[in-house]
Amino acid sequence: MMRRLLWPSVVLALVIAYPLLFSTPFQQRLGALVLLYAIAASAWNIVGGYAGQVSVGHVVFFGCGAYAAMAAYAHFALSPLVGIPAGIVFAVAIAALVGGPTLRLSGHYFSMATIAIAELARLIVTNTEYLGASPGLSGPAVPRNLFDLSFVSALPYYYLFLLVLAITLLITWRMTNSRMGFYLRAIRDSERAARSLGAPAARTKLYAYMLSAGLTSVAGALYAMMFGFIDPESGLGILISVKMLIMAALGGAGLLFGPLVGAAILVPLEELSNSWLGGQGAGLTFVVYGAIIVLISRFQPGGLLALAHRLWERHRKVPEAAAAEAGHAS
Amino acid sequence: MAFFLVQVIVGGLLLGAVYALFSSGLTLVWGMMNIVNFAHGDFVMLGMYAAFVVFSLFGVGPAAGAPFATLLLATVGVIVYFGLIRHIMEGPMLAQILGTFGLALLLRYSVFWWFGANFLSLPNNIVGGTYDIFGLRIEASRLLAGAVALLVTLGLHLLLTRTSLGSKMLAVAEDSTAAQLMGIRPDSMQAIAWAIAAGATGLAGALIATFFYIVPTVGETLGIVAFVTVSLGGFGSVPGALVAGLLIGVIESVSGYLIGAVYKDIVVYALFIFFLWFRPQGLMGKA
Repeated sequence: MMRRLLWPSVVLALVIAYPLLFSTPFQQRLGALVLLYAIAASAWNIVGGYAGQVSVGHVVFFGCGAYAAMAAYAHFALSPLVGIPAGIVFAVAIAALVGGPTLRLSGHYFSMATIAIAELARLIVTNTEYLGASPGLSGPAVPRNLFDLSFVSALPYYYLFLLVLAITLLITWRMTNSRMGFYLRAIRDSERAARSLGAPAARTKLYAYMLSAGLTSVAGALYAMMFGFIDPESGLGILISVKMLIMAALGGAGLLFGPLVGAAILVPLEELSNSWLGGQGAGLTFVVYGAIIVLISRFQPGGLLALAHRLWERHRKVPEAAAAEAGHAS
Repeated sequence: MAFFLVQVIVGGLLLGAVYALFSSGLTLVWGMMNIVNFAHGDFVMLGMYAAFVVFSLFGVGPAAGAPFATLLLATVGVIVYFGLIRHIMEGPMLAQILGTFGLALLLRYSVFWWFGANFLSLPNNIVGGTYDIFGLRIEASRLLAGAVALLVTLGLHLLLTRTSLGSKMLAVAEDSTAAQLMGIRPDSMQAIAWAIAAGATGLAGALIATFFYIVPTVGETLGIVAFVTVSLGGFGSVPGALVAGLLIGVIESVSGYLIGAVYKDIVVYALFIFFLWFRPQGLMGKA
């Protein structure tokens, strides 16, 4: 028991100590961003990984949170924190409305519908004055009090995001071990078989979609607070959806820690290439992203954690098999 | 007003023919192998850049650019089939979607990296002048693009329905194991389908490059146009794609004219979602 808990507690201690060990502003910001994207990718994972419904439109829910946080400040002079519950309400409502007809579509059709919904939302917001149209909305330039959550240092954000990530993973973990988690995995493997065994497929998928939407909107609100502004590209651009999807898929879609592993690899990659190459780096980052996605889908659809797990199993089995062989021979 | 509307509708039909051309490539691959190419719009974008490169290196217009773009993209199609599609076809849904989606990003941002994000365009007079037909003013470049696209799409339909190659491809689409037992190689047929589908996008790209803005992200919009066209025309049907492409062209132009250019994409996307939700079998499909 002690040995089983040893490594997880070492990793947890390192995660908690990270911003103190690596304390330059760049490193702290990097750590905060990894956690932020890990929250978004973990939220995506509920629908995309566990339920196997590859949504490319999750940025809609991200945008709900981000715009709610900024609108709370810009229109009502409230703390952006108010945007978190408001964003969750909007995101879950949209998911409930859109989810019914969209989740009936299977496979590619679902993905395409979610792309179109996201693009539609982006175009509508771009033409809506209330939401800042194309220039977007800004948060408080100078924090009025602590509740504006506007800090110069990334350190407070790091621990805030760590807390939210822990809650997100806890919810996901509780869900996977519940009846709903079993239904979802059954649906992913074969929706028809799951239905014929009496799993309420439509309802389960909708609940997962709504849960995922609510959590994604929290990530959006946190993003907007940290960056202090939101526009249609950073709040509703299709590339945000793509990032969630690729981080989860690289680490391992449908695995609890998959999105965190993916974020821990890709966010530093993107930040480093941006700081080394400047504006040109933005293009190159997505070239690399594209190449990584193609390579995962071609060689390792289960993601890196699945690969690591398989290697670990083989490593453990080989000596056992050899021992069994030796015992047999004697 | 009414007269302008006719002008707008004619413009929409000509653009719609080009939509039909590249969408028929998507529908072919989709119907035959049940795989959706999320990079389809970016193939069209590559075709546009190919035409642009031919122009900027040799100073010649679509007469050389179109064949070059067609051949280039057909080659890309075959490479993509053997390098990627063939391996992910039988894989999990996530891998299928990720594979072509990653390809789309790879192509889009390679072009972005190389050419920059600026809007490029070919000179206005590359395909000469404007015609006056019954009082309608039609640019020669659009007329050429529409006419060639219409003819090639019809040709593609004839190829698929009237030739032995078309029958073989249909056989593979119906049941690839049975086709294999009849001495047809599914692999070759599917590679040919990818060559045709990608070649069609190359030609379409070179044709619209003469009057469309050329920018790395144009593939995103065009890809969605292709999805709308295919979902409207029925998955796998070239005649369906033709009718739907013309219809989308007209709807886009008329809504752009009546309610403003920024809303024309909104109308098309909304239409797409509506069709996926309520009539996924397309306009002409059976319930």
